[in-house]
Amino acid sequence: MLLQAIFILVSLATLGAALLVVLTRNLFHSALFLAASFFGVAALYVLLEAEFLAVVQVLIYVGAIATLIVFAIMLSRGGVQRGVPLFNAEWAIVAVGVALLGGVLIVLLTQVAWPVSQAAPPADLIARLGQAFVGPYVIPFEVASALLVTALIGAILIARERE
Amino acid sequence: MGFVADLFRNLGAAFVGWLSGFLPPWAVALVNDVAVALLLLTLALLIVLYVIWFERKAIARVQDRLGPNRAGPAGLLQNLADAMKLLIKESITPSGADRWVYNLAPILSVFAAIMLLAVVPFGAGLIGEDLNVGVLYIVAMGSLGSMAVLMAGWGSNNKYALLGGFRVVAQLLSYEIPMVLAMLSPVLLAGTLSMQGVVAAQAGGRWFGVLMPAAFLIYLVSAVAETGRSPFDLLEAESELVAGFHIEYSGMKFAWFYLAEFMNTFTLSAVATTLFFGGWLGPFVDRAPVLGVVYFAIKVSIIYALFTWFRATLPRVRIDQLMAFAWKVLVPGALANLLLVAVLAKLPLPDLLNSLLILAANVALILTGLGMIGRSLRLQTQRRLAQG
Amino acid sequence: MIPLSWFLIVAAFLFCIGLYGVLVRRNAIAVLMGIELMLNAVNLNLVAFWRYGGPTEVTGQVFAIIVITVAAAEAAVGLALIIAMYRNRQTVNVEDLDTLKG
Repeated sequence: MLLQAIFILVSLATLGAALLVVLTRNLFHSALFLAASFFGVAALYVLLEAEFLAVVQVLIYVGAIATLIVFAIMLSRGGVQRGVPLFNAEWAIVAVGVALLGGVLIVLLTQVAWPVSQAAPPADLIARLGQAFVGPYVIPFEVASALLVTALIGAILIARERE
Repeated sequence: MGFVADLFRNLGAAFVGWLSGFLPPWAVALVNDVAVALLLLTLALLIVLYVIWFERKAIARVQDRLGPNRAGPAGLLQNLADAMKLLIKESITPSGADRWVYNLAPILSVFAAIMLLAVVPFGAGLIGEDLNVGVLYIVAMGSLGSMAVLMAGWGSNNKYALLGGFRVVAQLLSYEIPMVLAMLSPVLLAGTLSMQGVVAAQAGGRWFGVLMPAAFLIYLVSAVAETGRSPFDLLEAESELVAGFHIEYSGMKFAWFYLAEFMNTFTLSAVATTLFFGGWLGPFVDRAPVLGVVYFAIKVSIIYALFTWFRATLPRVRIDQLMAFAWKVLVPGALANLLLVAVLAKLPLPDLLNSLLILAANVALILTGLGMIGRSLRLQTQRRLAQG
Repeated sequence: MIPLSWFLIVAAFLFCIGLYGVLVRRNAIAVLMGIELMLNAVNLNLVAFWRYGGPTEVTGQVFAIIVITVAAAEAAVGLALIIAMYRNRQTVNVEDLDTLKG
């Protein structure tokens, strides 16, 4: 009961923040609402008993990606733009389309009888995650690290000042 | 004697017992959690009061003067007086400043600092919540503080604040990496991310700070930079860039930033104690767990005194020296340390030999690092003398 | 116990909001923020299915961590591109990038 009440509160906050991200005119406020929705998703992970992932989410999304987005906003002076329309010309049609997609998804998700297992997460989940990363999933791990190095070098090269 | 020997846990159990007399179990848990949270908050503010007094007195003595000695005995009530002065100051919001962002930034800063206290083990079983990802939680909350600084810089509508905010975030993000890597070495040896688990793994005098002095030193330097204290306080000292990102803050909002900085320092010293010096462990702690709180307080005070000593004696570091030091010295050093410890910890040797090997590897790392820094400095000086 | 479908509905909503942001906003950074919302929704789905579909296997969380990694890399490169774009054309409006138009 208490958990369900907390879940409803947290998901309303997350969805509200996400909606404000898309609808706010001030880009800096959008970025802050984005950070708030990241927090909300982290809280949902805690409700799902995935605490490691929740902390990783806060660390990477709020601590790094949101900060990066704020930096980019400040460097491109996109903060205050009056007189420029917020949405492009097709916003009404897209709204209808997205609402249809949302409706189809929700109907689908509530009608299917998902096979739910009553097991509990293992006590040594983090140890198992570590072993999974150097065991069965070592190739995605290595590819992800190669991707990060490439992205790092690429981002520095692209954003460098050309003399 | 029996009750006092485990005083705080017995008090907690008595409180829960009193509550269960008239509340259903879920309400007991809720009220208990809220009470612990309020206790931690009060403790945080009281500790910060004491800590600021200690710092002002210590720095004053280093500078051959007395420090605050008028308000209260030996100046103990000075902080209360300062807090009251800041409270009654006029609350100014600069024109053109983004009101919500400007006012929310100091609150977020203090929020990040206080949330850290939830996973600090003050004694045996005295921890807000023994998360099984405690060490990672500390890193995450630390990275939240950089968001607050960006908000302060942007919300002040002041280009000096903005520039100061940029530089602070660059410093915070750069020094977070060696701090995380240095914090991973004790986690590696303890085999768990939980704070109480790391303390328990140091039982029997096997303190990780003694085994791995290189990791402790890297963590210490990174923690000094993370809290923005001297010698890395280029970004918020009054004479640099007109006080950096908190130029436009005065009165209670400035008090929040000030509070957040000292609370951060205290919490990072507490984390250093837990990870590297056995937290609340000490002689006779298994018979009288309340002694754990005393040992913890002593160890944190010693490390905090180290921080204060740095601030009182070392000159400020320039921003490019700061960044070069982080990326060229600390990150490779922390990586090398992690690699060495990871390899040596897995060797199938008896415990004592293992510990000695890790200690030897760390000392070798420190000497190599210092040697390389010394050589590079000498080369730089030679080049400069050859030029001019 | 919170039913699985609740989590999936929240993820679906989040995904749709992110999709709307990507398709309709004119500022490139706002488009990127919509993409991050969509990736978060996907992660939420993955972790919900991990928890309710057999938490003894850690595949769900491994996948979610890799998605977070890829999202971080993509955000970095995307923002670098936006900064370069701003430097060259003084605009971050996606509708102004039309030099390849026929």
